[in-house]
Amino acid sequence: MSRIQHSKKKQSIPGFGLTMGLSTLYLSLLVLIPLSLVFIYSARLGWTAFWNDVTDPRVVASYKLSFLTAFSAALVNLVFGLLFAWVLSRYTFPLKRIVDGLVDLPFALPTAVAGITLTTLYSEKGWIGKWLPFDVSFTPIGITLALIFVGLPFVVRMVQPVLQNFEHEVEEASASLGATPFQTFRRVIFPQLLPAALSGFSLAFARSLGEYGSVVFIAGNMPFKTEIAPLMIMTKLEQFDYPAATAIAVVMLVISFALILLINLIQWWSRIRYASH
Amino acid sequence: MESTVQPNLPGQAFTARHSLKGDIVRWSLITIVLLFFFSFLIIPLVSIFFEAFRQGVRVYLSSIVEADALSAIRLTLFVTLIVVPINAVFGILFAWVITKYSFRGKNFLITLIDLPFSVSPVIGGLIFILLFGQHSSLGQWLISHNINIVFNVPGIVLATLFVTFPFISRELIPLMQSQGTVSEEASIMLGASAWQTFIHVTLPNIKWALFYGIILCNARSIGEFGAVSVVSGHIRGMTNTMPLQIENLYNEYQFVAAFAIASIMSLLAILTMVIKVILENFIKKQTL
Repeated sequence: MSRIQHSKKKQSIPGFGLTMGLSTLYLSLLVLIPLSLVFIYSARLGWTAFWNDVTDPRVVASYKLSFLTAFSAALVNLVFGLLFAWVLSRYTFPLKRIVDGLVDLPFALPTAVAGITLTTLYSEKGWIGKWLPFDVSFTPIGITLALIFVGLPFVVRMVQPVLQNFEHEVEEASASLGATPFQTFRRVIFPQLLPAALSGFSLAFARSLGEYGSVVFIAGNMPFKTEIAPLMIMTKLEQFDYPAATAIAVVMLVISFALILLINLIQWWSRIRYASH
Repeated sequence: MESTVQPNLPGQAFTARHSLKGDIVRWSLITIVLLFFFSFLIIPLVSIFFEAFRQGVRVYLSSIVEADALSAIRLTLFVTLIVVPINAVFGILFAWVITKYSFRGKNFLITLIDLPFSVSPVIGGLIFILLFGQHSSLGQWLISHNINIVFNVPGIVLATLFVTFPFISRELIPLMQSQGTVSEEASIMLGASAWQTFIHVTLPNIKWALFYGIILCNARSIGEFGAVSVVSGHIRGMTNTMPLQIENLYNEYQFVAAFAIASIMSLLAILTMVIKVILENFIKKQTL
């Protein structure tokens, strides 16, 4: 018995030390050490300087704008992502294969291309902009639109596999017990989709908070009005104000880490819930 | 009650019962999705080519063969040719470590690998300025030895490596997890080395997913803008990649030239999507 337990602890495939060592070395050199530099560099500046940099009114306005636009875009993506996933996995209709294939396009299309294209489309004379009664370019609405474009695939691709693997028997049981389709969706299907949908939402939110390329063109970058947080880092760097750029980066990194923690908690929670079924 | 006993195809009873009301719901949902799809994806895609060809084919072609545009294309290809193979090798290594061995803290390691996905690309560029720029002692030492990393090609390569770091392992880990370690254990028991096992047993099983990851990594490293923008220094003909060249042209109101380069990049993106769909079918067949 003790021998079995002992051999279980040892890896059945050789090479663990070497591969583990190489991969953590690469991870540390490329990601962990450079990222930790942001914190070390900020800590060296002292608390007062750091606090002044991160609470500068113009910077605070940029956090608020980034948070608000990223959150609204992620919400829109949650709703439409669920809709896309549902329609793509449940219905057959013309152009379905094309829709399914191109949903991921925002992942493959360079953000700068998306940026200049959306700006042109939504400008006063653009194909879409000229029909709209309100301004989109150079407003927070424009920023949100760009972020919706960038984040669309996240929720779709998280929810779609869950819906495709869903057992039809459960839905049919619910229907045969007298539930309306809406009740079946709300009580039976939706709870199962929730963890995937929330993970997709958080990923889209995290991506949108840090997004730069697609936003800078359509935003117009007016101080206090349409400056996003990543752009503030860029502006400070161009002024050679490295301490301020790093301080803003610290705030954004802390928010990113909090979101990563949230995503992990959601996944942990869904694993426990499925395990209890 | 009897009707439920009949051997129905999945979902058939469901759709047959609520025919009219179900049809209305179904078609309105499909319409909403199609409208959203056209206004958010198709119209932008079409407009890229429309803007690029606005002044005719000749202007389009001449803005692509222009010297700065060509050097931007060359630099982008050069960076991608370095970045993708390195991240492919390490992506496989990460996926191998995570799926073929058991150890504590595995989920934490996965979180660390995915980190660059959640970090702003601008920060991805900033960290290499902090590490190799004039303000760090390492940077000063390197610069005094005439090694310029920041505002130069090595900086662009590093920033792109950082941003595209998780792509390949992300595609491999779920597949390799579902495949388990039985084949590898058998191969080891029959006397093969770990390397032989990887080459002859694991690699054939993951080749399509690996190719898929490489395609995605490739698309992102061609198109990366934020991180590269921070470290490049925007020197024309030297450190301008294709997305940076688009930005320069656009800011100078040379819209046709900007959209001409954008159209090439869009074609690459569409090609990526086509290959992706083909590969997904292969992967599906393999896991069945």
